[in-house]
Amino acid sequence: MAGIGGAETPAKKWGWGVLNTVVVIYALIPVLWIVSLSFKSSKTLSDGNFIPREWSLENYQNIFSTSEFTRALINSIGIAVIATAIAVVFGTMAAYAIARLEFPGKNLLVGVSLLIAMFPQVSLVSPLFEIERSLGLFDTWPGLILPYITFALPLAIYTLSAFFREIPWELEKAAKMDGATPGQAFRRVIAPLAAPGVFTTAILVFIFCWNDFLFAISLTSTEQSRTVPVALSFFTGSSQFEDPAGSIAAAAVVITIPIILFVLFFQRRIVAGLTSGAVKG
Amino acid sequence: MAEIVLDKVTKRYPDGALAVQEVNLEIADGEFIILVGPSGCGKSTTLNMIAGLEDITDGELRIGGQRVNEKAPKDRDIAMVFQSYALYPHMTVKENMAFPLRLAKVDNATVEKKVKEAAEILDLTQHLDRKPSNLSGGQRQRVAMGRAIVRNPKAFLMDEPLSNLDAKLRVQMRTSVSRLQKQLGTTTVYVTHDQTEAMTLGDRVVVMRGGVVQQIGAPQFLYDQPANLFVAGFIGSPAMNFVPATLENGSLRSILGDVTLTDRVRQLVEGADAPREVIMGIRPEHFEDAALVEAAALSSGGKFTHQVDVLESMGSDKYAYFNLTGEQAASAELQELAADAGSDDVPGDGISLVTRLSSASGAVEGASSEIWFDADKVQLFDPSNGRNLTYTER
Repeated sequence: MAGIGGAETPAKKWGWGVLNTVVVIYALIPVLWIVSLSFKSSKTLSDGNFIPREWSLENYQNIFSTSEFTRALINSIGIAVIATAIAVVFGTMAAYAIARLEFPGKNLLVGVSLLIAMFPQVSLVSPLFEIERSLGLFDTWPGLILPYITFALPLAIYTLSAFFREIPWELEKAAKMDGATPGQAFRRVIAPLAAPGVFTTAILVFIFCWNDFLFAISLTSTEQSRTVPVALSFFTGSSQFEDPAGSIAAAAVVITIPIILFVLFFQRRIVAGLTSGAVKG
Repeated sequence: MAEIVLDKVTKRYPDGALAVQEVNLEIADGEFIILVGPSGCGKSTTLNMIAGLEDITDGELRIGGQRVNEKAPKDRDIAMVFQSYALYPHMTVKENMAFPLRLAKVDNATVEKKVKEAAEILDLTQHLDRKPSNLSGGQRQRVAMGRAIVRNPKAFLMDEPLSNLDAKLRVQMRTSVSRLQKQLGTTTVYVTHDQTEAMTLGDRVVVMRGGVVQQIGAPQFLYDQPANLFVAGFIGSPAMNFVPATLENGSLRSILGDVTLTDRVRQLVEGADAPREVIMGIRPEHFEDAALVEAAALSSGGKFTHQVDVLESMGSDKYAYFNLTGEQAASAELQELAADAGSDDVPGDGISLVTRLSSASGAVEGASSEIWFDADKVQLFDPSNGRNLTYTER
C-alpha cells in the first residue's frame, strides 16, 4: 500500500483502519443478527434486541427434531460433494488441454464454455423440468447434480486453465527428459503444482452448488432430493400462527458452517508462490 | 556413452517456416560440441530435435548407431539442462536429483548412493534438503546439472545453461562445466549465443545462421580460418574489423592505405578467383603501434595514421578505437551480425576500427598515431556471398 499511496503517514493508516472497520462491520452485522435470532426463544424473537435476553437452543432442537432439515442437509452435502468432485476432475483435464495443447476446435470449446457460464439459468428451468420429468430424473440426486456440473464446469475450466498457464512448460519438458511418460509427468510434476488451483476451484464450485436455490426448488418436489436452501423456504412454525423465523435463522447458521470449514481447511493449501524457484527469478 | 549423428536433419514448421536445414553433424563419443549463433538461428531447435522434444521433419538422427527419430525423449537416454533450470519446485534438491532414478525404478540404496555422489561432485551436499526456491542462481544451476548426471545418460544436452547467471559466476561455472564434462567423459551438446563460451568450452564449435550450418571446427580453427564473413564476424571478441577494399595487381587498396599482398595471401586469392571489390578483415590483435614494430616487418605490412578516438588501457594491452570516414563494408552477413549485437542502432557514421596495441604503445587519446597491420594476417571476403577468399584447410 505504501508503494501506491506514497509515504505511509499515521493519518493515512488511521483513515484506512477506520474504513476497513466500517466495511467489516457492514458485512458482519447481518450475519451476527441471524446468529442472534437463532438463539432467541419464540417468545423473545421479535423483541428487537440485538443480543438475546435469554439464550435458548430451542430453534436448533426444533430443526433437528424432524427429518425435514436433516434429510435436506444430507441431500445438500451429497449433491454438492459429488457435483464438485466430477466438475473438478473433468475441469482439470479440460483446462490442462486448453492451457497446453493446440487442437482443432479449441477456441470453440472455450467459447462454448464461456457461453454456458453467461447463460441466464432461469431460462433453462422450464425445459430442464420437462426433460427431467420425461427421463425420470425429476426429484432425484442426479437430477440436480447434472445441471450443477453443467454450470460449474465452465467456472472450473476457466479458473484451472489460468493456474495451468502459470506452471512453466519447461518443467514438463524436463520431466520428459528425465524419463517420465506424459502420464507420469502430469501426476508427479504438474498435478502437485496445480493443487492450489484445484483446491480453489473446488471451493468455488462447492459454494456454487451449495448455495443454489433456483434449480433446487424447480427440480425437486419431496424430501428425497430437496436441498437445504429449498427446505428453509418450506419451514413453517408448529402452528399456522407461529413465526418460523427462529428455525430459519438456526438452519441458516447450520448451513454456513460447512462453507466456513471448507474454506478454513483448504486455505492452508492455497499458498501463493508455490511454483517459485522452478525457473529463474 | 555414445556418438550422435545428425544426417541431413531438417525442421520445417507446419506454417512452412524452415527452422533448421539439412544439418549434417557427427558428434564423437565423449566429445563436447557447441552449437552457437545469434537468436533464431535454429540452434535450440536442433538441440530439441536431438532431445526428442521436437519432431524431425526430414533426415535421420542416430544415437549410438541407432535411429531414434521416432523415439520418445524418455527412450533416448539423454539428459538435458534447461536455460531456466526447470527444477521441480515442490521437491527438495535431493528429490529433484533422484527424480530420473525413481522414474527408472532404481532401488533405494542405489538412488541414495548416486545422489550422494552427484551432490559431492557438485558441492551440493549441505543443500540436499532445501527447496529450489531457497537456493541461489548458481546453486539452482548446479542442481539442474546434478539431475542430469545422476543417471549416467548417453549424452548431455545443455540449452544456454549459464545465461541466467551474472557475469562473474558465469565464468566460474564455465570452468566447472568444462571440468565436469572432462571428468565424466560424456558426449555433450551445448547451445549458446555467447561466442566466448563457444570458444572456451568446446572441442568443436558449430556456427549456425538462419537454420544453416556455416562452419564446423575446433574453436581456434574457426578463429583463424573462418569460412565466411558471418563466422569471421561472430567468432572473436572484440570482433574482426571489416573494411571495403579493392584488389589491384597484387596489392590491396583501402582506407587503411595500400598494402602489397604477401605471397601466401596472393596465391590463395588467385586460387579463389576473387572479384576486384572485396571486404578486408583484420583482427584487432594484428594491428600494432608502428613505433614498436621492427623495420623489416614494418615495410611488409600496411600503415595508416589517424587520430585515436578512444583509448582503453587494459594493463596488459591497450585498445585503440578509430573512427575512419568512409563507406562501411556492406553485406547481408555483417548487417545480421550488427542487428544481433544491437549495434545497428548505435549512431555513428564511417568505419569504426578496434585495434589491440601493446601496452608499451605511446598512443594518446585525441592525438594522431601511426598504426601498422600485418599484411599476412589479412583475410579477404567476397561481398556478394560472404565467402572467405583466403580460406585454407590448413
